Amino acid sequence: MAKKKNKKKKKEKEIKGQLGKKKETAREKMIGQTIGYRYDVNLLPDYSRITPFLKKYIEAMGWDDLNWLEDVHMGYEEDRPAVFDRNANGWVTIPNKIKLPNNQQDRDMIARELLVKFQMSPNHPLVDLKKAYRKF
Amino acid sequence: MANLKTNEKKTKAQSMGLHTEVLTGKTQQKFFNPDEAENFFYWGTYDVDFNKRTDLDVHEMDCKDANRKIDELMSQGYGTIVIKNPQGKHSLGVGILNKLNLIFEGSLGYFGVGSIDGPTVRINGRVGWSCAENMMAGKVVIEKNAGSCFGAAIRGGDLICKGSVGARTGIDQKGGTIIIGGDAGAFTGFMMQRGRIIILGDVGINLGDSMYDGTIYVGGKIGSFGSDAVESPMTKSDIDWLKRKLRVAEIGENFDFSKMTKVVAGKKLWNYDALEPTEKKGAI
Repeated sequence: MAKKKNKKKKKEKEIKGQLGKKKETAREKMIGQTIGYRYDVNLLPDYSRITPFLKKYIEAMGWDDLNWLEDVHMGYEEDRPAVFDRNANGWVTIPNKIKLPNNQQDRDMIARELLVKFQMSPNHPLVDLKKAYRKF
Repeated sequence: MANLKTNEKKTKAQSMGLHTEVLTGKTQQKFFNPDEAENFFYWGTYDVDFNKRTDLDVHEMDCKDANRKIDELMSQGYGTIVIKNPQGKHSLGVGILNKLNLIFEGSLGYFGVGSIDGPTVRINGRVGWSCAENMMAGKVVIEKNAGSCFGAAIRGGDLICKGSVGARTGIDQKGGTIIIGGDAGAFTGFMMQRGRIIILGDVGINLGDSMYDGTIYVGGKIGSFGSDAVESPMTKSDIDWLKRKLRVAEIGENFDFSKMTKVVAGKKLWNYDALEPTEKKGAI
């Protein structure tokens, strides 16, 4: 019986954050979650790796570069690759069927492309919110 | 969407009246289809044509009427709008969530082009306080000088001032790029959290004070560093990106980057010990 109780406790820890995946600080152990990011949020984009879709998007918007997408990176949510959608204030996890490269620059370009597609989709949660609350 | 997961077991903190819910399930995969058709149009925005151009004289209008008129013109498909006689009016061109080519022939007062998401704006004059605050995306070019709190809390896009700017530029910046062709005042990058600031001239005291993250590039002299702002070495990636960005900004393309100083957060403020000390004590 005592062994079963121990197992349950371990599962709860995994849900709380990314503890146990790296050597956490005393402060992280105390608050039960990781401090900081697990990817480089300041990584500058390598424009030689831009995808054709993103090129078309930039042209359609009338810009000269990635603009706001320079701040979009492939992150993680519950140990799965995900991209943060600021319009919906939530993480969009990347489906398992999409194979991601190891290179962070290429992963970021994929994240940007998927995010733009998601935001312009009629399935985006903001569409329903706009229909319900839009004033003008 | 986010939902709350409640721990069944009552902890010491819970018995003291503190919440112990763990925020989980913020993923939105159920909405997401990676095979979505190619579409460059945000739902609810106007489909404008950059080649369809019109002028709008706002001499007799207040800012509410002028902003409403801009919205009306976008709904008619105008993709290039030239605003005549802005005469330093406040809050002009705010809340534009559309792709658009907007040109102001004159100067703006405070809170000009705030909370925009997408347009390309050119201002052939000066701007007052808090220009482009809370900007989400797009490009804003100011031909002359700007007031203080330039680009306050911007989250994305390119904000360019070809002249000099006042104090607290990029205060609470959360993303995007601010480019200044001239000098910047005190407390530039104050409480900056993310994004990039480029200053080709000199900068005042307390640069990057209490910055949490992000990068500041300075071409001239620095008055003094703020709390937790530290110098960092320039990389090839920085120089490549800067060259490209300054070309896009139409200023300083031939700048000598070897003279530039890169400033980042020392991350000594990266602790949460100051938060809720009494509750923390009780919970342990």
